[in-house]
Amino acid sequence: MPILEIREATRSFGTTLAVADLSLGVEAGEFFALLGPSGCGKTTLLRMIAGFERPDRGRIVIDGDDVTDTPPYARPVNMMFQSYALFPHLDVAGNIAFGLRQEGMPRARRTERVAEMLALVQMQGFERRRPHELSGGQRQRVALARALAKMPKLLLLDEPLAALDRKLREETRLELTGIQERVGTTFLVVTHDQEEALGMASRVAVMNRGALVQIGRPAEIYERPNSRFVADFVGAVNMFEGEIVAGFNEIELKIPGIERPVPLDEPVDLPAGEGAALAVRPEKLRLSETRPAGIALPATVVSIGYQGGQSIVHLAAGGRTLRAHLPSEAARELIRGVAVWASWEPEDAVVLTR
Amino acid sequence: MRRVLIGLPFAWLAVFFLLPLAIVAEISLSRGADAIPPYKLGATLDNFRTLAGGCLCAYPESLGTAALATVLCLLLGYPVALAIARTRAPTRHLLLFFVLLPFWTSLLIRVYAWFAILQPTGLVNRFLLWLGVIDAPLQLLNNFFAVEVGLVYSYLPFMILPLYGVLSQLDESLLEAAADLGARPLRVLATVILPLSLPGIAAGSLLVFIPAVGEFVIPDLLGGPTTLMVGKVLWQEFFDNVDWPEAAAVAMVLVALLTAPLLIAQRYLERNA
Repeated sequence: MPILEIREATRSFGTTLAVADLSLGVEAGEFFALLGPSGCGKTTLLRMIAGFERPDRGRIVIDGDDVTDTPPYARPVNMMFQSYALFPHLDVAGNIAFGLRQEGMPRARRTERVAEMLALVQMQGFERRRPHELSGGQRQRVALARALAKMPKLLLLDEPLAALDRKLREETRLELTGIQERVGTTFLVVTHDQEEALGMASRVAVMNRGALVQIGRPAEIYERPNSRFVADFVGAVNMFEGEIVAGFNEIELKIPGIERPVPLDEPVDLPAGEGAALAVRPEKLRLSETRPAGIALPATVVSIGYQGGQSIVHLAAGGRTLRAHLPSEAARELIRGVAVWASWEPEDAVVLTR
Repeated sequence: MRRVLIGLPFAWLAVFFLLPLAIVAEISLSRGADAIPPYKLGATLDNFRTLAGGCLCAYPESLGTAALATVLCLLLGYPVALAIARTRAPTRHLLLFFVLLPFWTSLLIRVYAWFAILQPTGLVNRFLLWLGVIDAPLQLLNNFFAVEVGLVYSYLPFMILPLYGVLSQLDESLLEAAADLGARPLRVLATVILPLSLPGIAAGSLLVFIPAVGEFVIPDLLGGPTTLMVGKVLWQEFFDNVDWPEAAAVAMVLVALLTAPLLIAQRYLERNA
């Protein structure tokens, strides 16, 4: 049985449909990420699970209990706020103990739990500090400890790393996954940062315009996007728009600027004459001086951006701009203005019909 | 430039606050005389001795009356300020406008209006008679009750505005966090909203308490001859007895009494800044 079940939830604000007829199940123990651009409805969905918003239609079920009409204070979920929302008039221990006080936990047990939580987030010795005396990273840890102290069935994290600087973000991402594995609580993270979602979560749901577009493991989302939106939003991509044609004994995609139609390995659910796109990730693009066998495009190197281990190469191919990610040693042999052939292995291209 | 910027408020305070206070202090140390102005500069504590020798009851009565008015203003004003702060923008501005509306008429007229409301043939008595709750009109005027009504009515906006200022700045996510952690609405009020609005409570209480202690018009009009407040004693010494030095002494003692709570509040606010 899933720990969280959203059944056909809909919520609109005025004329804007924030969440549209959305259904979703999250299993116990998962590290689940809701990924989408700002305004896609992911925060509204999170607030409905926490109880701050009521769905216009649909049900929200947590661990088998329908909590749609349950106020936030009675739900077995806790939330880590994007702004952390630490109580400025309470010290670190007071903040972490706040939820425990509400459930009437005796003082001795409370102190014990606070100590456990501080150890979990490695903040021992900070009990008496006030939030304004802490750094951003320390505040984030306290917020996490406070949200975990009540041992919720489901922990909601609203853009947990957004307020941290880049270096700290990476460290904290690792820590969050470590903590999640140790406590075993189901984590539901909302983020607009695809790197964050792919790097932390065991399963990712991509949202757009109030609806789920694709759910899957991070590698599936990245390597097998099911739509132009997912391919484009998650990571960089070279997209070749074309038209489906019926070939000799297979379906082919005719792409302007590529002389031969590209044969499609997978069956597509569109008839001939419809538009479809071929998506190739930049790191899958091959560059060579001589024309390789199979599908290839002539291109000119426009720029080479050195990024350390890898370099980002921009190419002009007909009217298109292509992007290739190469190991820097390989990119060193290229110079601006040189003509190359861009190609890819057939299995590295994904056909997108949506 | 920096010195001018820092110096300006000091100069302002010196001219409009320190200088008048020094003059009153000087008069309080002088002797009365048949002259214009009616005193001769000197350095005597006689005025304070006379004051200490007489009945000092006006001070505790003033402090008590003002303290009660402050508490009542807080109890009435807090829910109002909280409700306004939690209202959405267009309605909120309208509600704030209503709070300020009384200032558009003179205090004197508004206090006289309470005459019409509280007198034996006034609004309240006629209503209660019509209801049949009472058989004869209640004595609502010229007593402590009337003074409190007048004080609370007049000073309520001074409590509501600073409270509103603090409550409207309250971070909504703190209230959500409290609810999320299991606090019911009343617990959220007691454990988050109240402690975070303490600066507003302190500011509002001072703004009500301090002028209420020295209030003259309201007790004089609504309190009748039996109410004795410092403002009235001052008036009598100054205008009826034309004893400026004694009046100044009364005022100086009041200033000293009021500075104490002010300093305590100041220290508290600094600690919580």
